[in-house]
Amino acid sequence: MHDAGALPNADQLAQAWMLAVARTSFVPMSRRNLRAYLLVLTHNLLDAFAAAEFDRSVPYDVGTALVATHFTEVASLERTLAVLGAQLASAVTTQAGAARLAALQGALAAGYAQALQDRTRAEQERISASAFAARAAAEQARWNSEARFEAIFAESVIGIGVADVEGRILEVNRSLCEMLGYTSEEFLRNPIWSFIHAEDSPGIWTQVSDLLDGARDHLRLEKAYYRKDGAEIWTDLVLSLVRDQAGLPRFVVAMVENITERYHLQARLRHQALHDPLTSLPNRTMFFERLEAALADSRPGASVGVCFLDLDGFKAINDTLGHDQGDELLRTVAERLTTELGRDGHLVARMGGDEFVVLVEHAQGVDHLQRVAQTVLDAVRRPVRLDNHEITVSASVGIVQRDVGEPVAAELMKAADTTLYWAKTDGRDRYALFDAERHRNDVSRFELSARMPEALARHEFVVDYQPLVRLADQRMVGVEALVRWELPTGERLSPGQFIPLAEETGLIVTLGREILAQACRQGAAWYAQDPRTRLLVSVNIAARQVREPGIVDDVAQILTDTGWPPGFLQLELTESDLMGTTGGSLAALHTLADMGVRIAIDDFGTGYSNLAYLRRLPVHVLKLAGPFITGGTNDSSDGIGDETDQVDLEVVSILIRLAHTLGLSVTAESVETAAQLERLRGLGCDMGQGWYFAPAVDPDAIPGLVDRPLGALGAARTVIPQ
Amino acid sequence: MDGPSWALTEVDITRPNVARVYDFYLGGSHNFESDRTFAHTVLEVLPSLPRIAQENRAFLRRAVLHLCDQGVDQFLDLGSGIPTADNVHEVVHMANAAARVVYVDHDPVAVMHSRELLRDNDRAVAIAGDLREPRRILDDAVTHGHLDLDRPLAVLLVSVLHFVGDEDDPVELIAEYMDAAAPGSYLVLSHARIDGQRGAADVQKIYNQSWSPNPMRMRSRSEIEGLFGDLPVIEPGVVPIPRWRPDPSDDDSDDAGAPAIGDDYPGLAGIGRRD
Repeated sequence: MHDAGALPNADQLAQAWMLAVARTSFVPMSRRNLRAYLLVLTHNLLDAFAAAEFDRSVPYDVGTALVATHFTEVASLERTLAVLGAQLASAVTTQAGAARLAALQGALAAGYAQALQDRTRAEQERISASAFAARAAAEQARWNSEARFEAIFAESVIGIGVADVEGRILEVNRSLCEMLGYTSEEFLRNPIWSFIHAEDSPGIWTQVSDLLDGARDHLRLEKAYYRKDGAEIWTDLVLSLVRDQAGLPRFVVAMVENITERYHLQARLRHQALHDPLTSLPNRTMFFERLEAALADSRPGASVGVCFLDLDGFKAINDTLGHDQGDELLRTVAERLTTELGRDGHLVARMGGDEFVVLVEHAQGVDHLQRVAQTVLDAVRRPVRLDNHEITVSASVGIVQRDVGEPVAAELMKAADTTLYWAKTDGRDRYALFDAERHRNDVSRFELSARMPEALARHEFVVDYQPLVRLADQRMVGVEALVRWELPTGERLSPGQFIPLAEETGLIVTLGREILAQACRQGAAWYAQDPRTRLLVSVNIAARQVREPGIVDDVAQILTDTGWPPGFLQLELTESDLMGTTGGSLAALHTLADMGVRIAIDDFGTGYSNLAYLRRLPVHVLKLAGPFITGGTNDSSDGIGDETDQVDLEVVSILIRLAHTLGLSVTAESVETAAQLERLRGLGCDMGQGWYFAPAVDPDAIPGLVDRPLGALGAARTVIPQ
Repeated sequence: MDGPSWALTEVDITRPNVARVYDFYLGGSHNFESDRTFAHTVLEVLPSLPRIAQENRAFLRRAVLHLCDQGVDQFLDLGSGIPTADNVHEVVHMANAAARVVYVDHDPVAVMHSRELLRDNDRAVAIAGDLREPRRILDDAVTHGHLDLDRPLAVLLVSVLHFVGDEDDPVELIAEYMDAAAPGSYLVLSHARIDGQRGAADVQKIYNQSWSPNPMRMRSRSEIEGLFGDLPVIEPGVVPIPRWRPDPSDDDSDDAGAPAIGDDYPGLAGIGRRD
């Protein structure tokens, strides 16, 4: 043991040491734990310092331990040595003591330095190894990725080619070689521009240029190629631009899929979708496509024309010669139309059935279209040889011309359809020109008839009554029910404006039943109000109504429901309706007459009556048509009121006598003057109606007319406010 | 044909790297010259940075131990960096040897290094991933780290979110992690602060220059508090890093030279709990 002064207190030294190094390095230890840890080291150092035999390894290990505790900052060592020097200074009294302290510090520093060097080397080695491993993993991943790509490139059934931005082909895969029949060497000799094909849609090569310039990144298109052997193939081509890290265009990758079969199938399907299988003409779908395209043409002054035609009486040909021959006829017509008109660039299409249409995309006025229509008529008129029959057919054509940009195609075809219908109704084998005014009328008639069921439900049909007057005393003995239509707008339509429409649509049956019921109900109401008012109720009835199987039951039901006696109901049929009545309808009329209902012939003298037949009909009353009375049969005449018109007078006289001979009562319509009344009375006419007595009036006005004669003799002239 | 995003990350040790720079601050030697050169430029404007790094590291230790006390036994350490002294799994396994730790980093070198260290450890793994892809990370963590999202989990975002810009919407990222985690899970957060000491802004400037390992987005106190979203923050709230539940045995009142921790301390820490 060397000479030594008083050793410092271990606790104090450890505390000072802890304070000196606490924040010098990252040591994951609380201060208390750190002090305890350093106290152990302090004891070791003090023991070594005081030991007789100096053991270098003790301070050396303390230095190692500091690094192990993560005192890795050199400041930790510096402060450790400083604390030890200061704390042990008082213990150094001799030369040997000073040497011992120096040896102690030296060994500690050496241990620390060695450990730090080892640690640093180890950590450097580890981080380098990690970096190397990470790089290797990245390389591996890249290699895997490239290997996968290589496999995809080589084995893909899709053709793949890579070109640079100048369009030079750099690489192609086997699929592409097989698809186009070139070897890869041949490919590499050709720029992509050498694959221009006649059917390339305009603009695609501009788009390709844009891609090469980097203006776009992708391009997808259907494109045709010629194979080396000259065959044509169709492909789905996707071009993708590959940029370098700076974003500049570097390569273009082309993926090429052979879709030739699909393309041809689609083309075939498209042809099928747009053509009529019987005649091979374009069908209505294609026609509408072309029509819409033509209407969309925005050139000023451009005009589109349509000649819509169908064959006259085609159904009869089908029915008599059979559908095979009908089809043959359609094929012949189709061929002629195509030959005659197709060469002028017009589109001939089959719309369906026996309907064809010619589209004139650049119509030069109505004359032009009329010439086209005439060509159509002439072509159809030429005799056709069918199964050893030579037959001649005709067509009707509707012509419509439109400035482009105007109506939609469907509107135009509706107009064409209407016009074709006119050509038909005007007598067939001709063309008709669209007439906007006529079309408007048709449309408004159509709208009116379409609204009629609703109007019926909303009770818009009202009935007015015109007195039927006994000529002997000018007393009202009956009324004729006259229907009006009161539109919601307040407008009143007379029967002539809507009864024909109701007859066309068949609504007349429902409407007629409604009027009949209303009139009987009204008759009963007047009677209930005043028993003197037992009036004959006369109601017009259409042939169509009489043909309804339930007509007798309907009338009987109405009479039962309203309590109106059959003898006070008169049904008026026009002369032509009545003369056409046969079979079941005639039986119905007989049944009605047997029930006691009176039957009147309306407007007698305007049709062609079979007088022999008339006798067999269950008719009670003959109503003389107005023109006989007012002079409508002769333009210069004032009718039977005019003394000069002896012809009318004679005719009326004969008719009255005829009626009476047949046992019929006679009613004169349209009596307008006192003179007419006098003549009729003189001729023995039984009853009359007309403005001279009273116009058709509201039902409420009727009871006021029962207790006095009507007409000038009765009350100057009966004026009834409407 | 894309591989995992990390696999194709360039491994270029001539560029500084956040994880290795941080290792240098902590006195490690798991770094290269580029990392040290960059670290020195930062230390010139903020010489106390190693000290802050140490305190951040100490916070991580305290936070993890606290959560172990709360019974949490799964830890997802996002942006874990280079393993150094006192790693999360070491701290956790002292408290609960059965607990699981999953380290996540986007730096392939850090991940390789972590894997080497964890080679024989079956309760801690390192996975490569970008914390900005929560779904992918969670899927990987569940698959490879054997995490169980039906039980409470601690999500550690310690000193890393200041490398995530606003364009990546960190609030939403945190919400995605915490929504996936079971109720009773925790978010451990520490973050560099811009509205404290002056040096912070200078550090951010250096990180945002071109030769930087990663651009930086330091945040203000209120922005950092906002990162917790709807999560209630446990006591003592969001505080300067050293003040978060300091260890009583670490009392430095006997040290006249100890630096005072001011309210302007350049890093804040806190723990949120998912109820």
